Amino acid sequence: MATTTKVAKSTNALVGESRKKRPSSKTTTIHPRGEFVGVEPKRTLGGIRVGDLLSIVGAAVAAFALTIVLATQVAPITGGIAFFVVWYLFFVGLYALLVSIDDTKTFVMDRVIAVMVTSLAVLLFSVLIFVIVFVVGRGAEALPYLNFYTEDMGLAGPLDPLKVGGVVHAIAGTLIQISIALAITIPLGIAAAVYLNEIPGRFSRFVRTIVEAMTALPSIVAGLFIFATAILMFGVPKSGFAASLAISVMMLPIMIRSADVVLRLVPQTLKEASIGLGASQWKTVWNVVLPTSRSGLTTSIILATARGVGETSPVLLTSGFTAELNVNPLESPMVSLPLAIFQFVKSPEPTMIARGFGTAAVLMLLVLTLFVIARIIGGMTPEKSARARIRRAEFFGWFPATARKIMALIRRRTPNVKEAL
Amino acid sequence: MLTDTPRKLTIIRDRSDKVFRGVIRAGGSTVLVIMVLVGSFLAYRASQALNKAGWNFFTEQAWEPDAGKFGIAAVLVGTILIATVAIFVALPLSLGTALFITEYAPRQIRSFLVSIVDLMAAIPSVVFGLWGFFFLQQSIVPVSRWISQYFGWIPGLGVTGVDPTDPLATTTIYTSSTFIAGIVVGIMVTPIVTSIMREVFSQTPVGEREGALALGATRWAMIRNVVLPFGQGGIIGGTMLGLGRALGETIAVYMIISPVFVIQPHILQNGASSVAALIALRYGESTQMGLSALMAAGLALFTMTLIVNFGASIVVSRSRSGAAS
Repeated sequence: MATTTKVAKSTNALVGESRKKRPSSKTTTIHPRGEFVGVEPKRTLGGIRVGDLLSIVGAAVAAFALTIVLATQVAPITGGIAFFVVWYLFFVGLYALLVSIDDTKTFVMDRVIAVMVTSLAVLLFSVLIFVIVFVVGRGAEALPYLNFYTEDMGLAGPLDPLKVGGVVHAIAGTLIQISIALAITIPLGIAAAVYLNEIPGRFSRFVRTIVEAMTALPSIVAGLFIFATAILMFGVPKSGFAASLAISVMMLPIMIRSADVVLRLVPQTLKEASIGLGASQWKTVWNVVLPTSRSGLTTSIILATARGVGETSPVLLTSGFTAELNVNPLESPMVSLPLAIFQFVKSPEPTMIARGFGTAAVLMLLVLTLFVIARIIGGMTPEKSARARIRRAEFFGWFPATARKIMALIRRRTPNVKEAL
Repeated sequence: MLTDTPRKLTIIRDRSDKVFRGVIRAGGSTVLVIMVLVGSFLAYRASQALNKAGWNFFTEQAWEPDAGKFGIAAVLVGTILIATVAIFVALPLSLGTALFITEYAPRQIRSFLVSIVDLMAAIPSVVFGLWGFFFLQQSIVPVSRWISQYFGWIPGLGVTGVDPTDPLATTTIYTSSTFIAGIVVGIMVTPIVTSIMREVFSQTPVGEREGALALGATRWAMIRNVVLPFGQGGIIGGTMLGLGRALGETIAVYMIISPVFVIQPHILQNGASSVAALIALRYGESTQMGLSALMAAGLALFTMTLIVNFGASIVVSRSRSGAAS
């Protein structure tokens, strides 16, 4: 009986607060048959123990103190980044030391890696968020002016205040250029992707290889190609149309590649069922393949669009630059949002730089909108939206209704299409 | 006795099918023609410059095409250095983030984080360029200086022409460097690399994970022995795809560096170069010969990204995780 009690106690210790009291591996519990050992409490797996939290906070504070000592007394450190790096190194070291008081080497390793992985993720997310906040913050000066969205820069000089001039010419340019590019790439891209999947063979494998190779084409080289052919050889003026051609050359392989992946995911059984019922290949594609993959195809188009909208380098070579609104893509230069940013920040004037940042905020908003649309359309399968609704209800039960709706839009995701090119 | 011989199957297609197959074939062929045209036109126009420069094209550092003295030694080395710095930044960040998302993050926020990463991959490069030029350029100076002061003895990390111990020395020597451009490009490609790695890690067989945990492995031991070996192909492939992007990046680099046309091995020091930035810089003032030389540089860059990309897809498809896809 005595042994049983002892062992039962140590079993409790295992689930208790500290690993220090872990029973030695030599003790093994075998309860005598038929003996009532009491109701076993439900054990929580995982979770954070108070001790863990304390050692993290302790290590952080100690590292901070040590860094200050080092910075002021031993070796001077200048700048926030260096201070942070030194603090972080101390933090990891001290944390390892704290954990090693209680635990064996294996656990120290586990804990330290967990902390390092988490901090790398936190670092990345905070840098990315900082980039966005920094850009929007610097542009905030220009954003409240209504004329920023309704006027062009034709009458506004570099010294004019933000009350004059805007970027409507760049917004219009971007929309026109991307529309022409889409008018070229969507039919071609979808037809090519359908071809790769519907008529397999040596030739289509070759096409697929070439398309894959072309996804490696640097965007500046696509711009250079259009510059050398369309503009210099065929005499197309530097214009919105030339820029659209350059964007199309860049977008086409990206779109085909992701559409190809999406079409490949259509279940073979569906196609066979359709053909087995006597439908022709064309009817099968039109009534089965395309509707099944509609959301994935839309997502691949929109993600390619987001890439195309944000590219500066092909446009830089082909569209020319103007400060005035131009809605005719065939003649005279037409500026787009990324190019406008690039030109604005070349100026040393603070107002021009503020305009540049403001334009960047507008561009990011455009990309964000496209992305959210892609997510909404991409997440449109019935079972998925049901599952997402349940998950949301669990997690965001306490959120106010509006915030919940916004989060819902952001959280939807598609498994198929990735902008992984 | 009747033997069953294989019968010849014939497919008779009706008219709509013939038209349909014709149309998509035409679509595929058009795409092929465009793509081949881009490649061959580049090669054709580049050959003019390559013929003139010969092998010097790969050893000459200066870029004066009209004087007949041009080569990509400096810009190519610059491009590779920037991409190397970028990968040094991107690899740990994306590996850590991908592992965090698949292994450590609370289940409830996982899909949210995935969306954020995918969204970040779509941020235009000019935005990163703005950030690099207006923020990082100044705030990185103390770090560059500190590194050059204490690690200057490592080749490449030194800075010439300035005494790092002199507190009053000018700091402009540390701006517009390969290092800064590399960091910006690295942060820019990290979301894409993360996205690929995360995808591969999340495909690790659950049975193997649970087997390792059931045998008493800690979380890290499980990751090291199950997830990382399984995702090896994704790690290498994703990094190489990121490298391909980093090599071809134009505008963020162009905004940050101050171009030089000599090989600049000191990555912390002012002055850097890259092929893409060279094209953006020189396309306007080019003569026939100059344009041809730029085409040759573009072709060299394209060849490099092509090799890297194909390498990546081979690595991914050979690995265990990529075999299914």
